[in-house]
Amino acid sequence: MTSDLLNSFRTGPDERGRFGDFGGRFVSETLMPLILELEKCYEHAKGDPGFWAEMDDLWKHYVGRPSPLYFAPRLTEELGGAKIYLKRDELNHTGAHKINNVLGQILLARRMGKTRIIAETGAGQHGVATATVCARFGLKCVVFMGATDVERQKPNVFRMRLLGAEVVPVTSGRGTLKDAMNEALRDWVTYVDDTFYCIGTVAGPHPYPAMVRDFQSIIGKETREQMLEQEGRLPDTLVACIGGGSNAMGLFHPFLDDKGVRIIGVEAGGHGVDDRMEHAASLTGGRPGVLHGNRTYLLQDEDGQILEGHSISAGLDYPGIGPEHSWLHDMGRVEYVSVTDKEALAAFQLSCRTEGIIPALEPSHALAHVTKIAPELPKDHLLVMNMCGRGDKDIFTVAEHLGAEM
Amino acid sequence: MTRIDDTFARLRAEGRKAFVTYIMGGDPDFDTSLEVLRGLPAAGADIVELGLPFTDPMADGATIQLAAQRALEAGMTLKRTLELARRFREGDSTTPIVLMGYYNPIYSMGVPAFLEAAKAAGIDGLIVVDLPPEEDDELCLPAQAAGLNFIRLATPTTDDARLPKVITNSSGFIYYVSITGITGAASANAARVAPEVARIKAKTELPVVVGFGIRSPETAQDIAAVADGAVVGSAIVSQLGAGKPAAEVLDFVRSLAEGAHRA
Repeated sequence: MTSDLLNSFRTGPDERGRFGDFGGRFVSETLMPLILELEKCYEHAKGDPGFWAEMDDLWKHYVGRPSPLYFAPRLTEELGGAKIYLKRDELNHTGAHKINNVLGQILLARRMGKTRIIAETGAGQHGVATATVCARFGLKCVVFMGATDVERQKPNVFRMRLLGAEVVPVTSGRGTLKDAMNEALRDWVTYVDDTFYCIGTVAGPHPYPAMVRDFQSIIGKETREQMLEQEGRLPDTLVACIGGGSNAMGLFHPFLDDKGVRIIGVEAGGHGVDDRMEHAASLTGGRPGVLHGNRTYLLQDEDGQILEGHSISAGLDYPGIGPEHSWLHDMGRVEYVSVTDKEALAAFQLSCRTEGIIPALEPSHALAHVTKIAPELPKDHLLVMNMCGRGDKDIFTVAEHLGAEM
Repeated sequence: MTRIDDTFARLRAEGRKAFVTYIMGGDPDFDTSLEVLRGLPAAGADIVELGLPFTDPMADGATIQLAAQRALEAGMTLKRTLELARRFREGDSTTPIVLMGYYNPIYSMGVPAFLEAAKAAGIDGLIVVDLPPEEDDELCLPAQAAGLNFIRLATPTTDDARLPKVITNSSGFIYYVSITGITGAASANAARVAPEVARIKAKTELPVVVGFGIRSPETAQDIAAVADGAVVGSAIVSQLGAGKPAAEVLDFVRSLAEGAHRA
């Protein structure tokens, strides 16, 4: 038992919120008392069966969980190797995995007596999920979104407004996800009394990376049960895309101690991971630094100034990554690779054509990597890819890249 | 004893309050920034805070963020910011310089190399916004061991239970943030600040200086009257942002200093 514990990859973070050297609580003094209170409330809720009963009920009746684990026959045939399963989190209410986590945080906010919810969003999926759950519970919702993203994700902006949220376009920096997160933090230090900051990924100061992971782990727990039921054994390989890394961490975490399961995270390689830094691959093209409350791999210049990054997918366009991923990378437990915009676009079309599933551009990155490795794998190799979001929001971007008239 | 300790000892002996200014290093460019920096003591600044430009200043409002962008676009780096301090120090051996910014550029340089360079440049103290007491072993403890003051922020959310944690390992002075919010936003209110300063002073011998939300000589006076000093940042930085020449910016600083020193 002792050696099992020592060998476990699932015991982090420590009491300082660290995964090895990563994570931590690098926030201003104004916020420090707030995140300590949040940690206390979360620790309490986590041990309360009533909290999870409420989650389970909403997951089942409001979100539509469990999401199917779907064997993709034509994709499998097309690639001619591993047996490919898709975890269909794109079928969730609001069209992505984001709502898994939002529900947890909003229930927590209610327990803490907070009445105003703020969130940052990149592609708009987390913003839509937050606006949705706020509407469901009658809470005021303010979403910060980079002005560039507001422009390239118009349908989601309108959705959030329909749901009663205020969408604040952020013009500082280059107007993408990192700037939206800065602005949300600025709002939080200003309205400390009534406001709850609902972070959309496994990043930020402790306890967010652990808390968001715990809420998203429903993906991996279901996958485990479903695969055992359908195939009678665990999968051989897991693949998921990574921006901040919440869908990936949700799928990976329940499998981290299953040594036979190969785990691969796919970062956004943009125009290619090289010196031009026109990508969003923090692990493959960055180095450790401190931003947004945690130490993690970041895209930065020699002076420690944060670079903007680039990806065709607004949801992956973030210069950092969750600290637990940084740790798993350094420990060698999870492999991290990157695929380019072009490869993701090709995979996007492949999924439409072979399975009748229009994927979001984010999981198209994961699928692009699947197309690289699946053909070389034996036919009894069980591969699970997290289809973490649907592509309705992306059809305009894709049309533009394909030169199609809308 | 650092230059900061000496300065407060002298001010106390003279029965005066400290007037502290903030400008962003290299804003709008190295030379203008150096000219303003060199003029600050004669304009009445007792302590100068030198901003270290960072792309993602999460605790700052638009004024300081734009100043950082101007500085970075003009080629500013941590090394150049220390060079600015060194050039200032050549002509002024008594005015304390506090380097104020965010951790990542320092972490990127490496803490030991940074501390050596900061000492050599004549820096006296550090304010690193995103290093709370919970992360003291990162920079606070090594900095104090190297003889630099580590100045901590106390805020309206720092309650009595937490205050000792903030005071422990602080040196030089305590910087009380007058509002919940970012720099350059809401206005400081002396009536609200006074009991907070008293609350902190009951727990420490360190001087308590108040910043955030002070932009006029009158507010500087009101706030300095209830504390050991007042800090003005965004109001000065916005003059630079408006393209005002150094002489005009320094005239404005002089009016603020007179306000603070009337207290």
